[in-house]
Amino acid sequence: MSKLLSPNAGPASLPRRIIQQGRYETITMLRNGEQLILAIVLPLMALVGLVVTPMLDGLGGSRVDVATPGILALCAMSTAFTGQGIATGFDRRYGVLRFLSTTPLGRGGLIAGKILAVLVVLFLQVLVVGTIAALLGWQPRPEAWLPGLGLLVLGAAAFTALGLLVAGTVRPEATLAITNLLWILLGALGGIVVPADRLPGPLQGIVQFLPSGALGQALRDAFLLGTVPFPAVLILLLWTVLAGAAAIRWFKWN
Amino acid sequence: MASLDGKMLRVVSGLSLVAERGQVTALLGANGAGKTTTLECAQGLQKRTAGSISLLGADPDTAGADLRSRVGVMLQDGGLPPSARPIPLLRHVAGMYQNPMDVDALVERLGIGQFSRTNVRRLSGGQKQRLALAAALVGNPEILFLDEPSAGLDPQSRQMVFELIAELRDAGMGIVLTTHLMDDAERLADYVYIIDGGHNVVEGTVAELLQHDHAADTAITDRTLYFDAPCGLDFAGAVGAGLDLSETRPGSYSITGQITPQDLAALTAWWAERNIMPASLRLEARSLEDVFLDISGRNLR
Repeated sequence: MSKLLSPNAGPASLPRRIIQQGRYETITMLRNGEQLILAIVLPLMALVGLVVTPMLDGLGGSRVDVATPGILALCAMSTAFTGQGIATGFDRRYGVLRFLSTTPLGRGGLIAGKILAVLVVLFLQVLVVGTIAALLGWQPRPEAWLPGLGLLVLGAAAFTALGLLVAGTVRPEATLAITNLLWILLGALGGIVVPADRLPGPLQGIVQFLPSGALGQALRDAFLLGTVPFPAVLILLLWTVLAGAAAIRWFKWN
Repeated sequence: MASLDGKMLRVVSGLSLVAERGQVTALLGANGAGKTTTLECAQGLQKRTAGSISLLGADPDTAGADLRSRVGVMLQDGGLPPSARPIPLLRHVAGMYQNPMDVDALVERLGIGQFSRTNVRRLSGGQKQRLALAAALVGNPEILFLDEPSAGLDPQSRQMVFELIAELRDAGMGIVLTTHLMDDAERLADYVYIIDGGHNVVEGTVAELLQHDHAADTAITDRTLYFDAPCGLDFAGAVGAGLDLSETRPGSYSITGQITPQDLAALTAWWAERNIMPASLRLEARSLEDVFLDISGRNLR
C-alpha cells in the first residue's frame, strides 16, 4: 500500500486542469447521441430545408448565403444552451458538480472547462456546417470570418450563461424540458434562422431583443453585408452579463 | 455552524472536534444528526454562518486549489457522472493533480478491474462506493473525508475497503469518516465523536466509550451472556445475586451484569449436573451500539 501512496505534490497547473476538464466534457458531449442530433443533425436538416424552399428568397442573397449564418447561430444555441444546460443539470443532480468542486479543479475551473468544451464543439460544428454549406454553394465574404467567429463566441457566451442559469436553478427534468422547448421556439420563431421581417407581425419588434434574434441578425449582417451591427452586439453583451450575474447569484451546486 | 440550504435550515451548533493525521476519526450519529452537514462545511461545500473550521491550517471556505489537492473527498451520493466508465473517470480526476497515484495500481487494489467496462450508471452500490473511494484517493491526499464509506458494500468489499483505510491511516493519512454503523466505528476508528441533534454528545477512543457509562457517568464492567438451551430453565440459584436474568424468547436466555469467572463456572456446573448442552453460547462486553443507544435514548427523550 505504501507503494500506492506517494507524497502529495499539489494540484496540476490551472491551464492543465481547465484543458483536462474541457477535453473530458467535449468527449462526453460528442459521445452523447441526443446531443449530436441537436448539435449537428437538426441544424443540417434546417439548412437543407431552407435551401430547397423559397422561404428566404428576396433577402439580398442566395438562399444558402442567407440561411448559413443563421444555422451557425442555431448551432451555438444547441451546444451552449440546450446541450450544456441539460448536461450541467444532470451533473448537478448526480452530485458531479459537488465532487469535482472538491478536487483541485474547483468551481471556477469547472465552469471554465464547460466553456472550453462548448467552444471546441462549436468549432467542430462550424467546420461541418460550413463544409456542407460550401458544397451547397455558400460563398461567405472572406473578411467576415473574423467578426463572424467573434460574434459566435459572444453568442455562445450568452447562451452558456442562460443554460447554466436554468440548469442551476430548476430540476434537471425541468431543465431538459425548458431548454428543448426554448430551442424549438427560438429556432422557429426567435429570429435565429428566419430573419425578423419574415416572422408574423407581432414578433418582429420583439425578436431583435432576444439573444436568438440578435445573434442571427448579427451573423447575417457580418456574412452577407460585411458589417457588425452594434445594437445586436450590445444586446448579446447585456444577455451575457445579466444571465451570468443571475447564474452566479442563484446557481445551486447541490 | 449553520448552513442554509434551500428552505431548510440545517443547524449544527456547539460541535467541536479535532481530527489528527495518522488517525481514523469517526463521526457517529443517527440519520439527520448533522454528520454530513459537518463534513460538507469542513470540505467547503456548504457555507457556515458561524464558528470556525481549520483544515490543514486554512479556512475551507476560501480554500484554493493547493488546499483542495491535499484533501480527498468521497461524497455520500458518490458524485460520479453516470455515463462515465471507471478507468477513464479515474484518469480524468488524476489529471487534476501534479503527482497522482498510479491509476492501474489503485484499480487493482480496489478490484475495479472487474467492472471497468461498465458505465457508472449500471454499477452496483458497492462498486460505486469503491470507485468513489478511488476517486477520492487518486490525488494522494493528506486528509481523506469519507461520508458513509461502507454503505452498500458486500462483506468482501467491506473487508477490502477497511483494510485499505487502515493501511492509509498507518501511512500517516488523516481520515475522517461518518457512519451510523457502530460496527464500522468499532473496527476502524481511533477516535469517535457521537453526534446527536447537531452537537457532539460524547467523544473518546472506542475503548473509552465502551468502558464508561455515559448516562450514569460511571465505569462499565457489565457483560451479557447469551445462550440457547431447552426452554423453561430456572437457574436463578446457580449464579451470583445481582445479575439480570431473562428468557428473551422461549429457549433463549440472557444474563447481564458484572459476570465473574465464578458465575461462569457455577453456570456450567449447573448445566453439567443436569446434562444440559446449550445450542449456542456467547459472552459480550458492551458494544458501541449500546453506548450509542444509551446516549441517543437520553437525548431523544
